Amino acid sequence: MRELVVISGKGGTGKTSITASFAVLARGAVMADCDVDAADLHLLLQPRVRECHAFFSGRLAAIRKADCIACGACLAHCRFGAVSMNGPGAGEAVFTIDPAACEGCGVCARFCPVKAIDLSERRCGEWRVSETRCGTMVHAQLAAGAGNSGKLVSLVRDQARRIAGERGAPLVLADGPPGIGCPVIASLAGASLALIVTEPSVSGEHDLLRVLALARHFALPAAVCVNKWDVNPEMTERIERAASAAGARIGGRIRYDRAFTAAQLDARAVVEADAPAAEDIRRVWHALDAMEIRSELARRH
Amino acid sequence: MNGHPHIAIASGKGGTGKTTVATSLARVLGHGVQLLDCDVEEPNARLFLRGDVQESRMVAVPVPVIDETRCDGCGECARFCAYNALAAVGGAPLVFPELCHGCGGCVKVCPRQAMRETQRRVGMVETAEADGVIVIQGALDVGVAMAPPVIHAVKAHARRDAPAVIDAPPGTSCPVIAAVRGADAVALVTEPTPFGLHDLRLAVEMTRTLAIPSAVIINRAGSGDDRVQAYCRVEGITVLFELPDERRIAEALARGAVLVDAFPEYRSRFERGWKQLVAIATEHHA
Ligand code: SF4
Ligand code: SF4
Repeated sequence: MRELVVISGKGGTGKTSITASFAVLARGAVMADCDVDAADLHLLLQPRVRECHAFFSGRLAAIRKADCIACGACLAHCRFGAVSMNGPGAGEAVFTIDPAACEGCGVCARFCPVKAIDLSERRCGEWRVSETRCGTMVHAQLAAGAGNSGKLVSLVRDQARRIAGERGAPLVLADGPPGIGCPVIASLAGASLALIVTEPSVSGEHDLLRVLALARHFALPAAVCVNKWDVNPEMTERIERAASAAGARIGGRIRYDRAFTAAQLDARAVVEADAPAAEDIRRVWHALDAMEIRSELARRH
Repeated sequence: MNGHPHIAIASGKGGTGKTTVATSLARVLGHGVQLLDCDVEEPNARLFLRGDVQESRMVAVPVPVIDETRCDGCGECARFCAYNALAAVGGAPLVFPELCHGCGGCVKVCPRQAMRETQRRVGMVETAEADGVIVIQGALDVGVAMAPPVIHAVKAHARRDAPAVIDAPPGTSCPVIAAVRGADAVALVTEPTPFGLHDLRLAVEMTRTLAIPSAVIINRAGSGDDRVQAYCRVEGITVLFELPDERRIAEALARGAVLVDAFPEYRSRFERGWKQLVAIATEHHA
Protein backbone atom coordinates (compact mmCIF):
# COMPACT_ATOMS: atom_id res chain seq x y z
CA MET A 1 0.00 0.00 0.00
CA ARG A 2 1.29 3.43 -0.93
CA GLU A 3 0.58 6.62 0.88
CA LEU A 4 0.64 10.02 -0.77
CA VAL A 5 0.38 13.08 1.46
CA VAL A 6 -0.33 16.46 -0.10
CA ILE A 7 1.08 19.38 1.90
CA SER A 8 1.94 22.98 1.18
CA GLY A 9 3.86 24.84 3.87
CA LYS A 10 1.93 27.98 2.99
CA GLY A 11 -1.85 27.74 3.19
CA GLY A 12 -4.25 28.55 0.37
CA THR A 13 -2.15 27.20 -2.49
CA GLY A 14 -4.90 24.90 -3.78
CA LYS A 15 -3.83 21.79 -1.87
CA THR A 16 -7.34 20.59 -1.03
CA SER A 17 -8.71 21.18 -4.54
CA ILE A 18 -5.82 19.17 -5.95
CA THR A 19 -6.26 16.36 -3.39
CA ALA A 20 -9.95 16.10 -4.29
CA SER A 21 -9.00 15.85 -7.96
CA PHE A 22 -6.54 13.08 -7.17
CA ALA A 23 -9.29 11.28 -5.24
CA VAL A 24 -11.41 11.32 -8.38
CA LEU A 25 -8.51 10.18 -10.58
CA ALA A 26 -7.26 7.48 -8.18
CA ARG A 27 -10.54 5.54 -8.08
CA GLY A 28 -10.57 3.36 -5.00
CA ALA A 29 -8.10 5.19 -2.76
CA VAL A 30 -8.93 5.71 0.90
CA MET A 31 -8.85 9.41 1.72
CA ALA A 32 -7.58 10.92 4.97
CA ASP A 33 -8.24 14.60 5.68
CA CYS A 34 -5.31 15.36 7.96
CA ASP A 35 -5.95 19.11 8.00
CA VAL A 36 -7.97 18.64 11.18
CA ASP A 37 -7.77 22.32 12.13
CA ALA A 38 -9.62 23.51 9.08
CA ALA A 39 -10.84 20.39 7.29
CA ASP A 40 -12.29 21.29 3.90
CA LEU A 41 -12.03 18.16 1.75
CA HIS A 42 -15.56 17.11 2.75
CA LEU A 43 -16.92 20.29 1.14
CA LEU A 44 -15.82 18.92 -2.25
CA LEU A 45 -16.38 15.19 -1.70
CA GLN A 46 -19.77 15.52 0.04
CA PRO A 47 -19.45 12.47 2.30
CA ARG A 48 -22.27 10.45 3.83
CA VAL A 49 -21.10 9.92 7.40
CA ARG A 50 -21.14 6.25 8.43
CA GLU A 51 -19.42 6.42 11.81
CA CYS A 52 -18.74 9.29 14.15
CA HIS A 53 -16.48 9.05 17.22
CA ALA A 54 -15.51 11.50 19.93
CA PHE A 55 -11.80 12.28 20.21
CA PHE A 56 -10.48 12.54 23.76
CA SER A 57 -6.94 13.58 24.36
CA GLY A 58 -5.04 15.09 27.23
CA ARG A 59 -6.48 16.42 30.45
CA LEU A 60 -7.87 19.64 31.82
CA ALA A 61 -7.41 20.88 35.36
CA ALA A 62 -10.20 22.55 37.34
CA ILE A 63 -10.26 23.85 40.90
CA ARG A 64 -13.13 22.80 43.20
CA LYS A 65 -13.95 26.16 44.76
CA ALA A 66 -15.50 24.68 47.89
CA ASP A 67 -12.29 22.86 48.82
CA CYS A 68 -9.74 25.49 47.76
CA ILE A 69 -7.92 27.20 50.64
CA ALA A 70 -6.40 29.85 48.34
CA CYS A 71 -2.81 29.03 49.21
CA GLY A 72 -1.59 29.83 45.68
CA ALA A 73 0.48 26.67 45.20
CA CYS A 74 -1.12 26.03 41.78
CA LEU A 75 -0.23 29.52 40.60
CA ALA A 76 3.37 29.05 41.70
CA HIS A 77 3.74 25.66 40.00
CA CYS A 78 1.96 26.18 36.66
CA ARG A 79 4.42 27.04 33.90
CA PHE A 80 1.80 27.73 31.27
CA GLY A 81 0.21 30.83 32.77
CA ALA A 82 -3.07 28.95 33.10
CA VAL A 83 -3.75 29.81 36.76
CA SER A 84 -4.89 33.30 37.60
CA MET A 85 -5.58 35.02 40.88
CA ASN A 86 -8.33 37.56 41.42
CA GLY A 87 -8.78 39.42 44.64
CA PRO A 88 -6.74 40.70 47.53
CA GLY A 89 -4.01 38.06 47.88
CA ALA A 90 -3.18 34.63 49.21
CA GLY A 91 -5.65 33.40 51.80
CA GLU A 92 -8.61 35.31 50.38
CA ALA A 93 -8.05 35.36 46.63
CA VAL A 94 -10.01 33.34 44.10
CA PHE A 95 -7.88 31.07 41.92
CA THR A 96 -9.13 29.88 38.54
CA ILE A 97 -7.72 27.87 35.64
CA ASP A 98 -8.10 29.06 32.06
CA PRO A 99 -8.94 26.03 29.88
CA ALA A 100 -7.43 27.75 26.82
CA ALA A 101 -3.99 27.84 28.47
CA CYS A 102 -4.01 24.61 30.52
CA GLU A 103 -1.85 21.87 29.01
CA GLY A 104 -3.04 19.24 31.45
CA CYS A 105 0.40 18.47 32.86
CA GLY A 106 -1.04 17.84 36.34
CA VAL A 107 1.62 19.67 38.35
CA CYS A 108 -0.98 21.83 40.11
CA ALA A 109 -3.10 18.83 41.11
CA ARG A 110 -0.07 17.00 42.42
CA PHE A 111 1.10 19.88 44.60
CA CYS A 112 -2.26 21.17 45.84
CA PRO A 113 -2.01 20.54 49.61
CA VAL A 114 -5.76 19.89 50.00
CA LYS A 115 -6.26 18.00 46.72
CA ALA A 116 -8.80 20.56 45.46
CA ILE A 117 -7.85 20.22 41.78
CA ASP A 118 -9.44 17.64 39.46
CA LEU A 119 -8.00 16.50 36.17
CA SER A 120 -10.59 15.37 33.67
CA GLU A 121 -10.27 13.85 30.24
CA ARG A 122 -10.56 16.46 27.56
CA ARG A 123 -12.84 16.16 24.55
CA CYS A 124 -10.84 17.69 21.71
CA GLY A 125 -13.06 17.00 18.72
CA GLU A 126 -14.44 14.13 16.70
CA TRP A 127 -13.52 11.91 13.80
CA ARG A 128 -15.66 10.22 11.18
CA VAL A 129 -15.61 7.49 8.60
CA SER A 130 -17.66 8.38 5.52
CA GLU A 131 -18.48 7.20 2.04
CA THR A 132 -17.94 9.51 -0.92
CA ARG A 133 -18.34 9.16 -4.67
CA CYS A 134 -14.57 8.50 -4.82
CA GLY A 135 -14.35 5.97 -1.99
CA THR A 136 -14.07 5.88 1.77
CA MET A 137 -12.82 8.92 3.62
CA VAL A 138 -11.67 9.44 7.20
CA HIS A 139 -11.96 13.01 8.43
CA ALA A 140 -12.08 14.91 11.66
CA GLN A 141 -12.80 18.19 13.31
CA LEU A 142 -10.69 19.50 16.12
CA ALA A 143 -12.72 21.43 18.70
CA ALA A 144 -12.21 25.19 18.39
CA GLY A 145 -9.18 26.14 20.43
CA ALA A 146 -8.21 22.57 21.31
CA GLY A 147 -4.68 21.22 21.35
CA ASN A 148 -3.38 17.79 20.45
CA SER A 149 -3.98 18.21 16.73
CA GLY A 150 -0.98 15.97 16.01
CA LYS A 151 -2.63 13.09 17.85
CA LEU A 152 -5.86 13.56 15.92
CA VAL A 153 -3.92 13.61 12.64
CA SER A 154 -2.21 10.33 13.57
CA LEU A 155 -5.57 8.82 14.47
CA VAL A 156 -7.16 9.83 11.14
CA ARG A 157 -4.20 8.50 9.19
CA ASP A 158 -4.05 5.22 11.12
CA GLN A 159 -7.75 4.62 10.56
CA ALA A 160 -7.38 5.31 6.83
CA ARG A 161 -4.48 2.84 6.72
CA ARG A 162 -6.49 0.23 8.59
CA ILE A 163 -9.42 0.55 6.19
CA ALA A 164 -7.13 0.48 3.15
CA GLY A 165 -5.44 -2.63 4.54
CA GLU A 166 -8.72 -4.42 5.18
CA ARG A 167 -9.99 -3.72 1.71
CA GLY A 168 -6.74 -4.18 -0.14
CA ALA A 169 -6.92 -0.58 -1.39
CA PRO A 170 -3.69 0.36 -3.18
CA LEU A 171 -3.43 3.94 -1.97
CA VAL A 172 -4.04 6.18 1.01
CA LEU A 173 -4.40 9.78 -0.11
CA ALA A 174 -3.94 12.35 2.64
CA ASP A 175 -4.74 16.06 2.58
CA GLY A 176 -2.15 17.45 4.97
CA PRO A 177 -2.14 20.57 7.14
CA PRO A 178 -0.22 23.79 6.41
CA GLY A 179 2.97 24.74 8.28
CA ILE A 180 5.84 22.59 9.56
CA GLY A 181 4.79 21.91 13.16
CA CYS A 182 3.23 19.02 15.03
CA PRO A 183 0.23 18.21 12.78
CA VAL A 184 2.43 18.25 9.67
CA ILE A 185 5.06 16.06 11.29
CA ALA A 186 2.29 13.64 12.30
CA SER A 187 0.90 13.56 8.76
CA LEU A 188 4.30 12.73 7.24
CA ALA A 189 5.12 9.79 9.52
CA GLY A 190 5.19 6.62 7.45
CA ALA A 191 4.09 8.17 4.13
CA SER A 192 5.66 7.00 0.84
CA LEU A 193 5.73 10.40 -0.87
CA ALA A 194 4.91 14.01 -0.05
CA LEU A 195 3.59 16.23 -2.81
CA ILE A 196 4.19 19.86 -1.91
CA VAL A 197 1.86 22.29 -3.63
CA THR A 198 3.20 25.81 -3.76
CA GLU A 199 2.62 29.04 -5.66
CA PRO A 200 5.06 31.34 -7.43
CA SER A 201 5.41 34.08 -4.83
CA VAL A 202 8.08 35.15 -2.35
CA SER A 203 6.11 33.57 0.48
CA GLY A 204 5.39 30.42 -1.55
CA GLU A 205 9.11 30.02 -2.19
CA HIS A 206 10.12 30.68 1.42
CA ASP A 207 7.54 28.29 2.88
CA LEU A 208 8.32 25.58 0.34
CA LEU A 209 11.99 25.54 1.29
CA ARG A 210 11.12 25.11 4.97
CA VAL A 211 8.70 22.29 4.34
CA LEU A 212 11.19 20.60 2.00
CA ALA A 213 13.79 20.77 4.75
CA LEU A 214 11.25 19.10 7.01
CA ALA A 215 10.64 16.26 4.51
CA ARG A 216 14.40 15.80 4.28
CA HIS A 217 14.69 15.78 8.05
CA PHE A 218 12.37 12.75 8.05
CA ALA A 219 14.00 11.23 4.95
CA LEU A 220 10.71 11.32 3.06
CA PRO A 221 10.82 11.59 -0.76
CA ALA A 222 9.15 14.80 -1.96
CA ALA A 223 7.82 16.17 -5.22
CA VAL A 224 6.92 19.80 -5.89
CA CYS A 225 4.07 21.19 -7.94
CA VAL A 226 3.65 24.92 -8.66
CA ASN A 227 0.02 26.00 -8.83
CA LYS A 228 -0.93 29.24 -10.66
CA TRP A 229 2.52 29.02 -12.23
CA ASP A 230 1.73 31.59 -14.94
CA VAL A 231 1.11 34.35 -12.36
CA ASN A 232 4.90 34.65 -12.17
CA PRO A 233 6.78 32.40 -14.63
CA GLU A 234 10.23 33.56 -13.50
CA MET A 235 9.47 32.78 -9.88
CA THR A 236 8.13 29.37 -10.96
CA GLU A 237 11.44 28.59 -12.58
CA ARG A 238 13.36 29.82 -9.59
CA ILE A 239 11.25 27.65 -7.27
CA GLU A 240 11.67 24.56 -9.43
CA ARG A 241 15.43 25.08 -9.55
CA ALA A 242 15.61 25.51 -5.77
CA ALA A 243 13.39 22.46 -5.25
CA SER A 244 15.58 20.28 -7.49
CA ALA A 245 18.69 21.52 -5.73
CA ALA A 246 17.07 20.55 -2.43
CA GLY A 247 16.57 17.01 -3.73
CA ALA A 248 12.87 17.16 -4.63
CA ARG A 249 11.37 15.93 -7.85
CA ILE A 250 9.29 18.19 -10.05
CA GLY A 251 5.67 17.11 -10.24
CA GLY A 252 4.64 19.69 -12.85
CA ARG A 253 2.82 22.99 -13.16
CA ILE A 254 -0.81 23.96 -12.93
CA ARG A 255 -2.02 27.14 -14.59
CA TYR A 256 -4.04 29.91 -12.91
CA ASP A 257 -7.67 28.98 -13.48
CA ARG A 258 -10.84 30.34 -11.93
CA ALA A 259 -12.18 26.80 -12.29
CA PHE A 260 -10.67 26.16 -8.84
CA THR A 261 -13.20 28.49 -7.21
CA ALA A 262 -16.02 27.56 -9.60
CA ALA A 263 -15.59 23.86 -8.77
CA GLN A 264 -15.60 24.71 -5.06
CA LEU A 265 -18.91 26.56 -5.43
CA ASP A 266 -20.35 23.48 -7.17
CA ALA A 267 -18.92 21.08 -4.55
CA ARG A 268 -16.91 19.30 -7.23
CA ALA A 269 -13.29 18.54 -7.92
CA VAL A 270 -11.54 20.59 -10.62
CA VAL A 271 -11.04 17.47 -12.80
CA GLU A 272 -14.79 16.90 -12.81
CA ALA A 273 -15.20 20.20 -14.65
CA ASP A 274 -14.18 20.94 -18.21
CA ALA A 275 -11.32 23.30 -17.37
CA PRO A 276 -7.81 23.93 -18.69
CA ALA A 277 -6.33 23.35 -15.20
CA ALA A 278 -7.97 19.90 -15.11
CA GLU A 279 -5.56 18.80 -17.86
CA ASP A 280 -2.61 20.07 -15.84
CA ILE A 281 -3.76 18.23 -12.72
CA ARG A 282 -4.09 14.98 -14.69
CA ARG A 283 -0.54 15.39 -15.92
CA VAL A 284 0.75 15.94 -12.38
CA TRP A 285 -1.15 12.86 -11.24
CA HIS A 286 0.41 10.65 -13.90
CA ALA A 287 3.88 12.00 -13.16
CA LEU A 288 3.38 11.18 -9.47
CA ASP A 289 2.09 7.74 -10.19
CA ALA A 290 5.28 6.87 -12.00
CA MET A 291 7.42 8.47 -9.28
CA GLU A 292 5.71 6.82 -6.42
CA ILE A 293 6.05 3.39 -7.86
CA ARG A 294 9.74 4.06 -8.38
CA SER A 295 10.31 5.26 -4.83
CA GLU A 296 8.40 2.24 -3.54
CA LEU A 297 10.67 -0.08 -5.53
CA ALA A 298 13.75 1.77 -4.36
CA ARG A 299 12.65 1.31 -0.78
CA ARG A 300 12.15 -2.43 -1.16
CA HIS A 301 15.65 -2.98 -2.53
CA MET B 1 -7.60 47.52 27.35
CA ASN B 2 -4.36 48.25 29.18
CA GLY B 3 -2.20 50.63 27.19
CA HIS B 4 -2.08 50.61 23.40
CA PRO B 5 -4.19 48.23 21.36
CA HIS B 6 -2.73 44.85 20.43
CA ILE B 7 -4.78 43.43 17.59
CA ALA B 8 -4.41 39.99 16.01
CA ILE B 9 -4.94 39.10 12.37
CA ALA B 10 -6.10 35.50 12.07
CA SER B 11 -8.01 33.15 9.77
CA GLY B 12 -9.22 29.59 9.93
CA LYS B 13 -8.08 28.87 6.40
CA GLY B 14 -4.49 29.46 5.36
CA GLY B 15 -3.52 31.68 2.45
CA THR B 16 -6.45 34.07 2.77
CA GLY B 17 -4.21 37.13 3.08
CA LYS B 18 -3.41 37.44 6.79
CA THR B 19 0.12 38.62 6.13
CA THR B 20 -1.09 40.98 3.39
CA VAL B 21 -3.44 42.61 5.90
CA ALA B 22 -0.95 42.60 8.79
CA THR B 23 1.86 44.18 6.76
CA SER B 24 -0.43 46.82 5.25
CA LEU B 25 -1.84 47.72 8.66
CA ALA B 26 1.67 48.05 10.07
CA ARG B 27 2.62 50.24 7.11
CA VAL B 28 -0.29 52.67 7.50
CA LEU B 29 0.22 52.87 11.28
CA GLY B 30 3.86 53.64 10.59
CA HIS B 31 6.48 54.75 13.03
CA GLY B 32 6.69 52.87 16.34
CA VAL B 33 4.06 50.22 15.62
CA GLN B 34 5.11 46.64 16.37
CA LEU B 35 4.39 43.78 14.02
CA LEU B 36 4.55 40.45 15.85
CA ASP B 37 5.04 37.66 13.33
CA CYS B 38 3.57 34.75 15.30
CA ASP B 39 3.20 32.51 12.25
CA VAL B 40 6.41 30.90 13.45
CA GLU B 41 6.10 27.77 11.27
CA GLU B 42 6.16 29.94 8.16
CA PRO B 43 7.08 33.53 9.13
CA ASN B 44 6.58 35.78 6.10
CA ALA B 45 6.09 39.38 7.23
CA ARG B 46 9.74 40.32 6.69
CA LEU B 47 9.65 39.05 3.10
CA PHE B 48 7.41 42.07 2.51
CA LEU B 49 8.51 44.68 5.06
CA ARG B 50 12.21 43.73 4.88
CA GLY B 51 14.31 45.80 7.32
CA ASP B 52 17.50 45.16 9.25
CA VAL B 53 17.77 42.69 12.08
CA GLN B 54 18.87 44.48 15.24
CA GLU B 55 18.63 41.75 17.78
CA SER B 56 18.35 38.02 17.61
CA ARG B 57 17.77 35.61 20.46
CA MET B 58 17.49 31.90 20.79
CA VAL B 59 14.27 30.39 22.14
CA ALA B 60 14.79 27.40 24.37
CA VAL B 61 12.51 25.24 26.48
CA PRO B 62 13.45 23.40 29.66
CA VAL B 63 13.93 19.62 29.43
CA PRO B 64 14.94 17.27 32.22
CA VAL B 65 18.26 15.47 32.54
CA ILE B 66 18.82 12.65 34.96
CA ASP B 67 21.82 12.26 37.23
CA GLU B 68 22.31 8.52 36.96
CA THR B 69 24.43 8.38 40.09
CA ARG B 70 21.46 9.51 42.18
CA CYS B 71 18.57 7.88 40.28
CA ASP B 72 17.50 4.54 41.79
CA GLY B 73 15.07 3.76 38.95
CA CYS B 74 11.89 4.18 41.04
CA GLY B 75 10.02 5.43 37.95
CA GLU B 76 8.03 8.13 39.76
CA CYS B 77 8.88 10.78 37.13
CA ALA B 78 7.76 8.56 34.25
CA ARG B 79 4.47 7.79 36.02
CA PHE B 80 3.92 11.50 36.52
CA CYS B 81 4.68 12.75 32.99
CA ALA B 82 1.43 13.37 31.10
CA TYR B 83 3.11 13.28 27.70
CA ASN B 84 5.09 10.02 27.83
CA ALA B 85 8.30 12.01 27.57
CA LEU B 86 9.97 9.76 30.12
CA ALA B 87 10.15 6.00 29.74
CA ALA B 88 11.00 3.81 32.75
CA VAL B 89 13.03 0.92 31.39
CA GLY B 90 14.55 -0.38 34.63
CA GLY B 91 17.40 1.84 35.73
CA ALA B 92 17.36 5.53 34.87
CA PRO B 93 14.41 6.50 32.63
CA LEU B 94 14.95 7.57 29.04
CA VAL B 95 14.07 11.19 28.17
CA PHE B 96 12.33 11.98 24.86
CA PRO B 97 12.89 15.74 24.59
CA GLU B 98 10.61 16.18 21.56
CA LEU B 99 7.61 14.99 23.60
CA CYS B 100 8.39 17.11 26.68
CA HIS B 101 6.19 20.15 27.34
CA GLY B 102 8.60 21.53 29.91
CA CYS B 103 6.12 21.48 32.78
CA GLY B 104 8.87 20.82 35.31
CA GLY B 105 6.79 18.25 37.19
CA CYS B 106 9.22 15.35 36.96
CA VAL B 107 12.00 17.35 38.61
CA LYS B 108 9.65 18.27 41.46
CA VAL B 109 8.31 14.76 42.08
CA CYS B 110 11.67 12.94 42.00
CA PRO B 111 12.15 11.63 45.57
CA ARG B 112 15.94 11.52 45.21
CA GLN B 113 16.47 14.94 43.60
CA ALA B 114 18.13 13.15 40.72
CA MET B 115 16.74 15.45 38.02
CA ARG B 116 17.58 18.91 36.88
CA GLU B 117 16.69 20.90 33.77
CA THR B 118 18.69 22.03 30.77
CA GLN B 119 17.62 24.15 27.84
CA ARG B 120 16.70 22.76 24.43
CA ARG B 121 16.71 25.13 21.47
CA VAL B 122 13.41 25.25 19.54
CA GLY B 123 13.68 28.44 17.49
CA MET B 124 14.73 32.07 17.22
CA VAL B 125 13.18 35.47 17.84
CA GLU B 126 14.52 38.36 15.79
CA THR B 127 13.74 42.05 16.07
CA ALA B 128 14.13 44.16 12.94
CA GLU B 129 13.31 47.72 12.02
CA ALA B 130 11.66 48.39 8.69
CA ASP B 131 10.88 52.04 7.93
CA GLY B 132 9.95 52.72 11.54
CA VAL B 133 7.95 49.49 11.98
CA ILE B 134 9.39 47.16 14.64
CA VAL B 135 9.06 43.64 13.29
CA ILE B 136 9.42 40.92 15.93
CA GLN B 137 9.59 37.59 14.18
CA GLY B 138 9.59 34.08 15.60
CA ALA B 139 10.93 31.16 13.60
CA LEU B 140 10.43 27.56 14.71
CA ASP B 141 13.42 25.31 14.00
CA VAL B 142 12.69 22.78 11.26
CA GLY B 143 11.85 19.39 12.79
CA VAL B 144 10.55 20.84 16.07
CA ALA B 145 6.88 20.00 16.67
CA MET B 146 5.72 22.50 19.28
CA ALA B 147 5.26 26.08 18.09
CA PRO B 148 3.66 27.72 21.18
CA PRO B 149 6.92 28.34 23.11
CA VAL B 150 8.31 30.36 20.17
CA ILE B 151 5.02 32.27 19.87
CA HIS B 152 5.09 33.08 23.58
CA ALA B 153 8.67 34.30 23.19
CA VAL B 154 7.64 36.68 20.39
CA LYS B 155 4.85 38.09 22.54
CA ALA B 156 7.16 38.44 25.52
CA HIS B 157 9.34 40.76 23.42
CA ALA B 158 6.45 43.08 22.61
CA ARG B 159 6.04 46.32 24.49
CA ARG B 160 2.67 47.24 25.91
CA ASP B 161 3.32 50.99 25.53
CA ALA B 162 3.09 50.84 21.74
CA PRO B 163 0.41 49.43 19.43
CA ALA B 164 0.91 45.97 17.95
CA VAL B 165 -0.37 44.03 14.96
CA ILE B 166 -0.13 40.27 15.56
CA ASP B 167 0.18 38.06 12.47
CA ALA B 168 -1.27 34.76 13.76
CA PRO B 169 -0.79 31.29 12.24
CA PRO B 170 -3.69 29.72 10.31
CA GLY B 171 -6.12 27.26 11.91
CA THR B 172 -7.84 27.21 15.27
CA SER B 173 -5.65 25.01 17.46
CA CYS B 174 -2.97 25.62 20.09
CA PRO B 175 -0.56 27.80 18.07
CA VAL B 176 -3.41 30.14 17.12
CA ILE B 177 -4.61 30.30 20.71
CA ALA B 178 -1.07 31.12 21.83
CA ALA B 179 -0.95 33.97 19.29
CA VAL B 180 -4.36 35.58 19.85
CA ARG B 181 -4.81 35.01 23.59
CA GLY B 182 -4.52 38.37 25.33
CA ALA B 183 -5.18 40.38 22.13
CA ASP B 184 -7.69 43.22 22.44
CA ALA B 185 -9.49 42.30 19.20
CA VAL B 186 -9.08 39.95 16.25
CA ALA B 187 -9.54 40.66 12.56
CA LEU B 188 -10.47 37.46 10.72
CA VAL B 189 -9.40 37.43 7.09
CA THR B 190 -11.44 35.20 4.79
CA GLU B 191 -12.48 34.57 1.19
CA PRO B 192 -16.02 34.52 -0.24
CA THR B 193 -15.89 30.78 -0.97
CA PRO B 194 -17.18 27.57 0.65
CA PHE B 195 -13.75 26.89 2.18
CA GLY B 196 -13.50 30.49 3.35
CA LEU B 197 -16.90 30.40 5.04
CA HIS B 198 -16.42 26.99 6.63
CA ASP B 199 -13.09 27.97 8.16
CA LEU B 200 -14.36 31.42 9.17
CA ARG B 201 -17.11 29.78 11.24
CA LEU B 202 -14.48 27.79 13.12
CA ALA B 203 -12.38 30.91 13.66
CA VAL B 204 -15.38 32.85 14.97
CA GLU B 205 -16.16 30.01 17.36
CA MET B 206 -12.57 30.15 18.58
CA THR B 207 -12.64 33.91 19.24
CA ARG B 208 -15.94 33.48 21.10
CA THR B 209 -14.46 30.72 23.26
CA LEU B 210 -11.61 33.08 24.13
CA ALA B 211 -14.04 36.01 24.64
CA ILE B 212 -12.11 38.28 22.25
CA PRO B 213 -14.19 40.58 20.03
CA SER B 214 -13.73 40.05 16.30
CA ALA B 215 -14.52 41.56 12.91
CA VAL B 216 -14.06 40.27 9.36
CA ILE B 217 -12.07 41.34 6.31
CA ILE B 218 -13.09 39.73 3.01
CA ASN B 219 -10.19 39.24 0.62
CA ARG B 220 -10.51 38.35 -3.09
CA ALA B 221 -14.05 39.76 -3.09
CA GLY B 222 -15.84 38.90 -6.30
CA SER B 223 -14.11 35.55 -6.74
CA GLY B 224 -16.91 33.52 -5.18
CA ASP B 225 -20.40 34.38 -3.95
CA ASP B 226 -22.01 36.33 -1.10
CA ARG B 227 -22.27 33.58 1.49
CA VAL B 228 -19.67 35.12 3.80
CA GLN B 229 -21.50 38.47 3.78
CA ALA B 230 -24.78 36.70 4.54
CA TYR B 231 -23.22 34.74 7.41
CA CYS B 232 -21.74 37.90 8.96
CA ARG B 233 -25.13 39.64 8.73
CA VAL B 234 -26.90 36.80 10.51
CA GLU B 235 -24.22 36.54 13.21
CA GLY B 236 -23.97 40.30 13.70
CA ILE B 237 -20.27 40.38 12.82
CA THR B 238 -18.87 43.62 11.38
CA VAL B 239 -17.29 43.36 7.94
CA LEU B 240 -14.52 45.96 8.09
CA PHE B 241 -13.79 46.09 4.38
CA GLU B 242 -13.20 44.05 1.26
CA LEU B 243 -10.20 43.71 -1.02
CA PRO B 244 -10.90 42.81 -4.63
CA ASP B 245 -9.80 39.70 -6.51
CA GLU B 246 -7.46 41.17 -9.10
CA ARG B 247 -4.60 39.55 -10.88
CA ARG B 248 -2.48 42.73 -10.66
CA ILE B 249 -2.73 42.52 -6.85
CA ALA B 250 -1.76 38.84 -6.86
CA GLU B 251 1.21 39.65 -9.08
CA ALA B 252 2.42 42.51 -6.89
CA LEU B 253 2.17 40.37 -3.73
CA ALA B 254 3.95 37.50 -5.47
CA ARG B 255 6.91 39.86 -6.05
CA GLY B 256 6.98 40.75 -2.36
CA ALA B 257 5.28 44.16 -2.44
CA VAL B 258 3.28 45.49 0.51
CA LEU B 259 -0.28 45.94 -0.75
CA VAL B 260 -0.66 49.60 0.31
CA ASP B 261 2.74 50.48 -1.19
CA ALA B 262 1.81 49.05 -4.58
CA PHE B 263 -1.75 50.38 -4.43
CA PRO B 264 -1.92 53.46 -2.16
CA GLU B 265 -5.63 53.81 -2.97
CA TYR B 266 -6.27 51.09 -0.35
CA ARG B 267 -4.57 52.94 2.50
CA SER B 268 -7.79 54.57 3.70
CA ARG B 269 -9.49 51.17 4.11
CA PHE B 270 -6.74 50.02 6.43
CA GLU B 271 -6.74 53.30 8.37
CA ARG B 272 -10.48 53.11 8.88
CA GLY B 273 -10.35 49.37 9.58
CA TRP B 274 -7.80 49.88 12.35
CA LYS B 275 -9.91 52.62 13.96
CA GLN B 276 -12.93 50.34 13.89
CA LEU B 277 -10.97 47.50 15.45
CA VAL B 278 -9.75 49.78 18.22
CA ALA B 279 -13.33 50.98 18.79
CA ILE B 280 -14.57 47.37 18.96
CA ALA B 281 -11.84 46.54 21.48
CA THR B 282 -12.57 49.61 23.60
CA GLU B 283 -16.29 48.91 23.63
CA HIS B 284 -15.68 45.30 24.62
CA HIS B 285 -13.54 46.32 27.59
CA ALA B 286 -15.94 49.02 28.77
S1 SF4 C 1 -2.60 21.02 34.74
FE1 SF4 C 1 -0.58 21.96 34.36
S2 SF4 C 1 -1.05 23.46 32.74
FE2 SF4 C 1 -3.02 22.91 33.67
S3 SF4 C 1 -3.33 24.47 35.25
FE3 SF4 C 1 -2.37 22.69 36.25
S4 SF4 C 1 -0.17 23.19 36.22
FE4 SF4 C 1 -1.14 24.57 34.72
S1 SF4 D 1 9.11 18.40 32.35
FE1 SF4 D 1 6.96 17.67 32.37
S2 SF4 D 1 6.62 17.11 30.23
FE2 SF4 D 1 8.84 17.25 30.47
S3 SF4 D 1 9.50 15.15 30.96
FE3 SF4 D 1 9.16 16.21 32.92
S4 SF4 D 1 7.04 15.68 33.48
FE4 SF4 D 1 7.26 15.21 31.28
